[in-house]
Amino acid sequence: MRSFLFDALFKGTATITPPPPGAEALEEIAWALGKRSRQRLGRSLAIREVDAGSCNGCELEVNALGNPVYDVERFGLKFVASPRHADVLLVTGPVTWNMREALLRAYDATPEPKWVVALGDCAANCGVFAGSPAVVGPLTDILPVDLHVPGCPPAPIEIVRGLLALMERVG
Amino acid sequence: MSAGTTLAELVAGRDAGSDGYVRLAVAADVWTALAEGCAAGLHDLSALWADGDRMRMALSTDRLRVIASLRTEAGAYPSVSARHPPALRLERAMRDLHGVQPLGLPDPRPWLDHGRWPDRRSEARYDFLPSEGDGLHQIAVGPIHAGIIEPGHFRFTANGETVVRLEQRLGYVHKGVEGLLAGADIARGARIVGRLSGDSTVAYAWAFARAVEAALGWTPPPRAVLLRGVMAELERLAHHIGDVGAICNDASVLTIHARCALQREDVLTVADACFGHRLMMDRIVPGGVAADLSSDGVGRVRGLLGRLEATHAEIQRVYDAMPSLQDRTVTTGIVSPELARQYAAGGFVGRASGRAFDARKAFPYAPYDQLDFDLRTRTTGDVDGRLLVRMDEIEESLGMIHRLLDRMMPGPLASASPPVAPDEGAAGEGAALVEAFRGDLFVSVRVGEDGRLARVHPRDASWFQWPLLEAAIEGNIVADFPICNKSFNCSYSGHDL
Repeated sequence: MRSFLFDALFKGTATITPPPPGAEALEEIAWALGKRSRQRLGRSLAIREVDAGSCNGCELEVNALGNPVYDVERFGLKFVASPRHADVLLVTGPVTWNMREALLRAYDATPEPKWVVALGDCAANCGVFAGSPAVVGPLTDILPVDLHVPGCPPAPIEIVRGLLALMERVG
Repeated sequence: MSAGTTLAELVAGRDAGSDGYVRLAVAADVWTALAEGCAAGLHDLSALWADGDRMRMALSTDRLRVIASLRTEAGAYPSVSARHPPALRLERAMRDLHGVQPLGLPDPRPWLDHGRWPDRRSEARYDFLPSEGDGLHQIAVGPIHAGIIEPGHFRFTANGETVVRLEQRLGYVHKGVEGLLAGADIARGARIVGRLSGDSTVAYAWAFARAVEAALGWTPPPRAVLLRGVMAELERLAHHIGDVGAICNDASVLTIHARCALQREDVLTVADACFGHRLMMDRIVPGGVAADLSSDGVGRVRGLLGRLEATHAEIQRVYDAMPSLQDRTVTTGIVSPELARQYAAGGFVGRASGRAFDARKAFPYAPYDQLDFDLRTRTTGDVDGRLLVRMDEIEESLGMIHRLLDRMMPGPLASASPPVAPDEGAAGEGAALVEAFRGDLFVSVRVGEDGRLARVHPRDASWFQWPLLEAAIEGNIVADFPICNKSFNCSYSGHDL
């Protein structure tokens, strides 16, 4: 145990310098916010992740956001257990019929103002699962989406860029 | 035949296909005798699926592998789970997806069909099994869980703190994968199968590639086979390290968790630098691989292995020296050896309960046929056992990658697809068993005469592990469920199809 602590002290920090917010993401969010009231959230966003049919690849990369390299809590981005505590729903997967109701309930339980981020290619266009009768469709068919983060799955650094853009405009 | 038919009797000198499976058609009485053989422990049930007007059952002993086919009568056939309970969810799923009717099915409730699919008039209502008694209460959890994990519903019945029953309800991330695969071309099939469970994308892509290659008589070049091994072991390392950290996290030991998360990130970063994708998705394709490892990349992987070796030893030392952590893991969530055997549980779930099965050892496929490694088991069957099996496997994988890199030779990455369409019959069919990080996964492929996929059935290791989690948590406290669940780390997506 001591060796871990010494390592942490002497090897320097593993945490990377933050990337600039994604330019495309900034543009998309600016457009989304134009239509809604803007509220100061003290540069902090509470995020509820919802897997609405993902293959779990996106979850792996969202989980990686908390590791010491990306450490997104330092930006004020916090993953919360309940949609009632959330400002942002981060949704992955092509929305399946079997998850549709749970997703809608999570959205309804999230207090206003709220934002929806479609994470990964599946949430954007159903990815390889497009056309399956078990899939409702892309997230935009079900919820108003404020931001897309593309990728299969998006690398953590891309997710950070997108979330920072959201923070820049919202927080 | 009440004691069940053995595979040796059944096969009676018949030759196996190039994939190692003996395929034969059986009558209903032999089918039920085979199911009874599973129950009697004569052989393991490896997979069970519907294929047009036939039901198919993959069975194995330590040396024989058989795929038995039974022609259904107007969709009906004698239920396997009526004799061998581990087949239950498979039969319920196949009934939901393909309309087959297992006669005598002990639990007639739907499984993947939640009554939500359009053009389907099934009930959305689902009756959980009753639990009656003084002071019992139910706790409903999910489908959306508190953490960043996949969705599923857990219905606990508890007596105070103690869980008296857990009943799982899965299927929330059912994406209709089998339907999408039917009629798809092989390249598209590979992309879909590679997304059945993102954490096992390499293993799935490999199993699919091997099944297609067996079906078409296609041989990948030697360099590709070695690279497949490197990718698969990197995937195993990443998830085992992540799981060890996550289990410790559930016992509030954040130091180990942070260290493991850092090491896992190291693996994924190296994978990205070497193969162009952090999870190495779509890098194994039928006929070979789609990414090469440069000499620079070999150096990166070796550097990674050195860093992991040092950390692995330190994590083991810290874990051993922490009674407060072991207090949470030792004797928590026990799976008995009998259950592990009955369910033919793969991976660390089986190996922590004394089941010495590893697809890389039992039915070695290249490059594991030329790669020596220790298959270590534990007998405690608890969270501690499953964690220690992972630690053992990390060590073995590190050594294996070194040896694979030693043997790396120059050469092509893929071979051209065979020019002729397969002959009629068995030539167009192949199956493969691959050891993913969580256990053996099975993929069966039937290629049609037009060269497209006629039927693909993937069976995740989780099918035979999820039910054991229900058993493992019984008698434990509700608060220990997260750590038990993490020690299993079953796939929802891989199971939900």
